[in-house]
Amino acid sequence: MAKPSKLTTVEKDAVFIYSDELLNYRFSEDHPFNQKRLQLTLDLLTFSGAINESDIVPPRMATDDELNLIHDSAYIAAVRMAGNGELSKEKAENFGLGTEDTPIFKDMHEASARLVGGTLTAVDYVMEGKALHAVNLGGGLHHGFRGKASGFCIYNDSSVAIRYMQEKYHARVLYIDTDAHHGDGVQWSFYDDPSSCTLSIHETGRYLFPGTGAINERGHGKGYGCSFNIPLDAFTEDESFLEAYERSFREVIEFFKPDVILTQNGADAHCLDPLTHLSSTMKIYEEIPKLAHQLAHEYCGGKWIAVGGGGYDIWRVVPRAWSRIWMEMTGRFPESDELPAEWLNKWQPASPVPLIKTWHDPEGVYQAIPRKKEITEKNAQTIEKALYPLLKSKNQG
Amino acid sequence: MIIKDMMVRDVHTLSPDSTLAEALELMNIEKVRHLPVIDITGKVVGIISDRDLKEFSPSPFQPAESKKLYDTKVLDIMTTPAITGHPLDFVEEVAVLFMEEKIGCLPIVSEDKLVGMITETDVLHTLVQLTGATQPGSQIEVKVPNKQGMLYEVAGIIRKNHSNIHSVLVYPDQHDEQYKVLVFRVQTMNPMSVIEDLRAEGHEVLWPNLPSSPL
Repeated sequence: MAKPSKLTTVEKDAVFIYSDELLNYRFSEDHPFNQKRLQLTLDLLTFSGAINESDIVPPRMATDDELNLIHDSAYIAAVRMAGNGELSKEKAENFGLGTEDTPIFKDMHEASARLVGGTLTAVDYVMEGKALHAVNLGGGLHHGFRGKASGFCIYNDSSVAIRYMQEKYHARVLYIDTDAHHGDGVQWSFYDDPSSCTLSIHETGRYLFPGTGAINERGHGKGYGCSFNIPLDAFTEDESFLEAYERSFREVIEFFKPDVILTQNGADAHCLDPLTHLSSTMKIYEEIPKLAHQLAHEYCGGKWIAVGGGGYDIWRVVPRAWSRIWMEMTGRFPESDELPAEWLNKWQPASPVPLIKTWHDPEGVYQAIPRKKEITEKNAQTIEKALYPLLKSKNQG
Repeated sequence: MIIKDMMVRDVHTLSPDSTLAEALELMNIEKVRHLPVIDITGKVVGIISDRDLKEFSPSPFQPAESKKLYDTKVLDIMTTPAITGHPLDFVEEVAVLFMEEKIGCLPIVSEDKLVGMITETDVLHTLVQLTGATQPGSQIEVKVPNKQGMLYEVAGIIRKNHSNIHSVLVYPDQHDEQYKVLVFRVQTMNPMSVIEDLRAEGHEVLWPNLPSSPL
């Protein structure tokens, strides 16, 4: 007689990691990295009726041992001292602290460890089967290095989370990074590790920070072939961006066969973002989580953790873009294209720019340039080159 | 930068009595394309490249000949005399030499002995370091009139914004010799304030350069 199969019951489709403590990651009044984005996004979801109290889980703090999975003890100590105002300027500079990009602020260790803890909370919910998907928009700080802050990032929550999943759950993790900047911190953390795989799709580093993320950065030693980069040209636009995303995501996941997917969802590839030049629209922020969701179910029994990342037009772009991740996870999509009037009325007075009133971007949100055909062709070639080893072995196999 | 600071000191070498077979094996094992030939005093008497070896290696169509060919002495097939350099040569000089002589490697000699080796790859590596491309940063290109004081002026604006400069390159403008292009790699993810200030001071920023948003 057949035994009854062991049924795994997942309590929820998804959880949303948030508490106001995440807002303490705050460099200064006019710094472009502004976590008010989290509040604006949660508020938009609330007014849209897409989320309620029971969906929200507060982030825990990451312990020093957990941070140590990636970061040097000396660096953690320096961040802690900096946050207490005890680190000299010279020493701070060696750790990338006190720069224009990552100024020192009070209790910066606690604030940063909270962001990492948020991503670990999301990981535990998914890996323990308490939720199929989880999102921590406070995370995604992909430029953080082992012993150095860089590009607005202090601790690298994604790197810590990947190592944590390897050690605690023995999981093969696929990391997908669609921030407009190269996910350098995460890439270098696992550059020689064949048991995790990173794919970053970004604006070419010829001009844009951090400058790395070329096709030939494929990993090192045993990890060779487990690091993928698709550097796109400026003015790429939606269609070409999505072609790069879909092609590479599908090829890489088929090759790597992960147990769980971690997506970094920087929302700074949008045409209104002040720091980048990819000329994309809200269309890509609908499609990005859709494919991640689909492939998570196809390959990983649904296991999908999403984190935030860049996104510097916090009023017109980030709340709409990030809401899409949660809506995709839960299937609670907006009934009309209009944003809730309550949200617009509440936040318009605080916004320095007129808010966009619809989920989709209005016509003509960016000015197209005449070189589109050439750029699309160049990107198509970049995708082929980046995936060449996979395509080659498939043809031989 | 001088060659002494960038040369490889642990060089794989052959002696004039070595055979073609030995040379092939050493290149294969060490994955190098050039082998200097030195006599017992350490003096460079010639050089062998992977192209030389291909030329003298036995053809698969004539297996009967192969034993004899493999036993060929390096002395008989090496290029001699080899072009050599000195530890105090400058990287710029060596780069020009590589281009003019169409060679890919230079044995470095001091007091008549081989002390190191420099290859195209080493020169390229130095160039990569000069461009600052190995450190996280943003790139800003400014077109300036070809006259004194322009670098000072532009760098001053970057300084005012507290950004650390990784590297500076100065190119002649490809289209107009009255101008130069200054290329900075700056240690910041947010170069926007620098760019605004540069434009406010009347400088022509070539990149980043965006069509303004219609919104």
